[in-house]
Amino acid sequence: MSTFNYTILIPALPLAMFLLIGLTGHKFKALVSGIAGTASLGFITILSYITAINYFWGTGMVNDVYQTIIPFNFEWLNFTETLQVKMGVLLDPISVMMLVVITTVSFAVHLYSIGYMKGEVGFSRFFAFLSLFSFSMLGLVLATNIFQMYIFWELVGVSSFLLIGYYYEKPSAVAASKKAFIVTRFADFGFLVGILILSYFTGTFDFGILTNPLTSPVASFVGTSFMGISVISWAMILIFMGGAGKSAMLPFHIWLPDAMEGPTPVSALIHAATMVVAGVYLVARMFVVYHLWAPDVQEVIAWVGGITSLFAAVIAITQYDIKRVLAFSTLSQIGYMMLALGVSGYGEHAGVGYMASMFHLFTHAMFKALLFLGAGSVIHSVHSNYMYDMGGLRKYLPITHITFLIACLTIAGVPFLSGFYSKDEILVAAFEHNKILFGIEYLVAGLTAFYMFRLYFNIFWGEDKVYHHTPHESPLVMTIPLMVLAFGSIFSGYLPFSHLVTSDKMAFTTHLDYAIAIPSILIGFLGIGVAWIMYKKKTDIPDRISAALGGFYTTVYNKFYFDEIYLFVTRKILFNIVSQSVAWFDRHIVDGSMNGIANVVITSSKKIKSLQSGQLQQYAAVFVAGALGLLLYVIYLLG
Amino acid sequence: MNILNLLILIPILTVTGIAVSKSMDAVRKVAAIGMFLQLITSIVILFVYMGIRKSGVTDEMVLMSDYTWFTTINIHYTIGIDGISAAMILLTSIVVFAGIFASWEVSNLQKEFFISLILLATGVFGFFISIDLFTMFLYYELAVIPMYLLIGIWGTGPKEYSAMKLTIMLMAGSALLIVALFGIYYLTGPADGQHTFNLLELAKNTMSLPAQRFFFPFAFLGFGVLGALFPFHTWSPDGHASAPTAVSMLHAGVLMKLGGYGIFRIAMYLMPQAAAEQAWIFIILTSTSVIYGAFGAIWQKDLKYINAYSSVSHCGLVIFGLLMMNKTAMDGAILQMISHGLMTALFFALIGMIYSRTHTRIISEMGGLMKVMPFLGVVYLIAGLASLGLPGLSGFVAEMSIFFGAFQHDDMFHRVATIMAISAIVVTAVYILRVVGILLLGPIKNEEYKLLTDATWYEKISTLSLLIAVAGIGIYPTWLYNMIYESIGPIAAKLIVY
Amino acid sequence: MEHIPLQYFLILSTLMFFIGVAGFIIRRNLITILMSVELMLNSVNINFVAINRYLYPDQMQGHFFSLFIVAIAAAEASVAIALIINIYRRFDTIEVTEVKEMKY
Repeated sequence: MSTFNYTILIPALPLAMFLLIGLTGHKFKALVSGIAGTASLGFITILSYITAINYFWGTGMVNDVYQTIIPFNFEWLNFTETLQVKMGVLLDPISVMMLVVITTVSFAVHLYSIGYMKGEVGFSRFFAFLSLFSFSMLGLVLATNIFQMYIFWELVGVSSFLLIGYYYEKPSAVAASKKAFIVTRFADFGFLVGILILSYFTGTFDFGILTNPLTSPVASFVGTSFMGISVISWAMILIFMGGAGKSAMLPFHIWLPDAMEGPTPVSALIHAATMVVAGVYLVARMFVVYHLWAPDVQEVIAWVGGITSLFAAVIAITQYDIKRVLAFSTLSQIGYMMLALGVSGYGEHAGVGYMASMFHLFTHAMFKALLFLGAGSVIHSVHSNYMYDMGGLRKYLPITHITFLIACLTIAGVPFLSGFYSKDEILVAAFEHNKILFGIEYLVAGLTAFYMFRLYFNIFWGEDKVYHHTPHESPLVMTIPLMVLAFGSIFSGYLPFSHLVTSDKMAFTTHLDYAIAIPSILIGFLGIGVAWIMYKKKTDIPDRISAALGGFYTTVYNKFYFDEIYLFVTRKILFNIVSQSVAWFDRHIVDGSMNGIANVVITSSKKIKSLQSGQLQQYAAVFVAGALGLLLYVIYLLG
Repeated sequence: MNILNLLILIPILTVTGIAVSKSMDAVRKVAAIGMFLQLITSIVILFVYMGIRKSGVTDEMVLMSDYTWFTTINIHYTIGIDGISAAMILLTSIVVFAGIFASWEVSNLQKEFFISLILLATGVFGFFISIDLFTMFLYYELAVIPMYLLIGIWGTGPKEYSAMKLTIMLMAGSALLIVALFGIYYLTGPADGQHTFNLLELAKNTMSLPAQRFFFPFAFLGFGVLGALFPFHTWSPDGHASAPTAVSMLHAGVLMKLGGYGIFRIAMYLMPQAAAEQAWIFIILTSTSVIYGAFGAIWQKDLKYINAYSSVSHCGLVIFGLLMMNKTAMDGAILQMISHGLMTALFFALIGMIYSRTHTRIISEMGGLMKVMPFLGVVYLIAGLASLGLPGLSGFVAEMSIFFGAFQHDDMFHRVATIMAISAIVVTAVYILRVVGILLLGPIKNEEYKLLTDATWYEKISTLSLLIAVAGIGIYPTWLYNMIYESIGPIAAKLIVY
Repeated sequence: MEHIPLQYFLILSTLMFFIGVAGFIIRRNLITILMSVELMLNSVNINFVAINRYLYPDQMQGHFFSLFIVAIAAAEASVAIALIINIYRRFDTIEVTEVKEMKY
């Protein structure tokens, strides 16, 4: 076990880099911070690979079961004598897999940012934040208990806030960062209450204890119900609420498209590959509890995932901002992963959904990061986010073009690329569980292919637009990460995931189910074909279709007015009605009654004051009258 | 000599030093050196305390000494500390130290200003080390009186009104308090026939239940007014808004904590049964106050008002935690006192510094300050994040302990109140981010602001000393948490512990 | 020696006292008020002397007391007149109702 002691360095090093760059970054040339950050991330990437190789093909498996290894766990806080919060490092198949994903993408993004962010004000601040994010995200996946996860969950939230608001002089970026933070914070409120309920009943935070299928204390509380639903279901659905917030599932999805205000490398790292899948990771981490003791919640997860994937795919078709298209595509793909977890069973082949979800998470991280970085490269050369400012770019940006095409093909589910394999497993799992969800996913597969190639053709084909200057290929420091990720997108599908990451940590074998794979390939090609017809050359078909759809098109284009509903609730109801009236109530009723008491005192003292006229003779008269009165009293009444 | 006496002696010497110094520069240097020594003393006391505990002493209070002061009604000058007061002393000395540097540029009647400020601090220190209720009360009054002068003379805006309001409301609280105090004095059955004000002696006996029922609200509300308990909090927004920077810092940072501390140490400790019986009323009040303060803060336009309402919300959480009556929540409440003390002092310091540059506190008139004063901007952001309970900063640990403790109650009433209190974390995020967004981020609204300068060295000392404490507690809370946890034991044992 | 009965003195002093009281309350002129006060003091003096003479002829306390009062009355009159002069200088009047600068 002790062989994994070095893993503590994996989260520690980025933290050190964050403090170092954050505190001393302004003293050096900006590039120094970038190189230092990238180098340290390169180092932990190597460490993560070593860990992965050691774990999966070395000491990780004992008696055909992947062990949970905790090389490091120290007490951070004792809430009570029995309830402790620990900080540690937990290695099991999913966390090791996540290590690889995070470090790979993060390293690619660091490298890419050296080129992309060149000359920006606050270059070293950017790298400090990236390091902070890497630290938090690694801490999150390595968490040994749910409370540690919550801690890092909040930290990734704040690093995401800082990075989205990187261009803090731009009001839209500030608004987007606020929105992201507050929406996820609201979801985290659910998460926290969920943790509270769970820990109240089970008396522990520890994943090892909670998710043990045989001895988990959760099992004994399934019977306890509250308002007709088991308390465990309550806890688990609230915890899922946290996951849904981070992973931007319906109805918490609204922050993700706006989060594209951040620099593109950030979108690639945080809002495509790593942080947004934290929700999926959370559900996967607690999968045993969901599956065995809260199956009703698992069903909810499946449907939320399914509906989100469809919903986002539909919106993606109508968007013009290329980063937003990618953002909705991310939503849609994460919906896939959630759905896969929702439909999965436990153990052996039944757990194919679980495996597929993790598999898709892995491949998605590669190709979606690639898409974002590719989009960044395009934006970098065109200085616009909108696809109607682009066209014919394949001539100018050959490397970007090829890698972007690879990514599009991958996400569209073209055979022999990684996306095909992972998506196929998800479809298999969905087919075995629920035919309606399966149907939705088929449809989404086609839509995905269509909108991705709509994007692709609009950017790289068609006529040249008027450019400020001739678009040029990005520097090598930006294209190398593209190539690395393209490599990952192509080949990561060949990883034997069913041998590595499974629900019960035991290997099983899968094979392609042609009855499902072939229709999905066809539907993928259908989507690509339609996009080819509509967008390869400029035609008026898209306009005619959108005109024919009329109101429905407008609704979709405006993202089903979700933002407006949220704005109405927050701005109109919470701000204007609740908090304005609270402020008014405080000033006028509460404070008013205090002032009222003071006023009563003042008024009555003014009334009484006239007795004190200051006229000596009046006093004397009263005095004499009093003395006489007393005298009479003494003489006649007492005498 | 008892080292605790230094806590009173050093401020008195400092005041004398200030009184005889001649130049403006000498005055503030003397004040700074004095309060630096005070800070060192507090840290030493903390270590001495931990050393004593480590050596296996389990007395409730340590470092005790006792002088008879007034034999006829048995008033003593008894001092001693436990983990809670040691922590509060450290908090106070940090805040006072930062406060001195935050008021480095006070020019009007400087000598008098620093004298009043340090007298105020002396009162607070005395309060925390006293065991005798009478001297405790005496010190409390000593802390309240200079407040009137400090706000009335050196304040801004409607300062006379605010100073008067604050003083009168706090004095009304004191009036309730002294009723409770004499109730406790006369009605707690003494073992040897001699009435006493000694807290530890009093705690050995209990009052009869009807007496407790009668006097508990007096003590609770008396301290509650000071702790900004809804609906007796309205002195706080006006008072803070008018007070000069260092006074706001000290007041919100430390003096309001006297309320929570008193509720805990006097009201609940000496009248445990009544506390358990009447807790529900105050739980309703405090959980309302938590969410109410947060919503109130959203709508404010003045930075200090925002912070004052946020204090109402956070201090509500303190009393809420105390009322949960189990060790985890109480520990959280005490941590919250410390954390909020540091945080809010930091906020007020920053607001003062920003105000001294922009000459306005209305957030909509400012914008993009991060660009021109990055140091202050970053510190403000961190303080904001601490306030909304970001892990790694002090607020998080405190809030979580309160919530986890509160959740140990399994009845519907406590659950609903707890969830209401938890939901405030979302609202807190809203108003903090709103301020950060308008004030620090976005484009610079006023061209003149481009010429503003960043923090000076003394402002950096002031903010960093608080910031380090906030981060220190947040990153490694265990030692503080455990120290408080041990000391809560005897008090929690008297309450009904769930 | 023909004795004047005590009642005569008492009636005189009572009359003087109440004339003084009435003057003190009714008159507005400060000098008159001062004179009324003197009247009251002197009525008391008469009482002291008369009662001393009739009840305790062999003792002298009443006489001493009245002498004492005379001395005090003199001092008091000098202070009062000084005040009155100052008031006159300041307000150009010695009407007591006009002197109300300190009144809230």
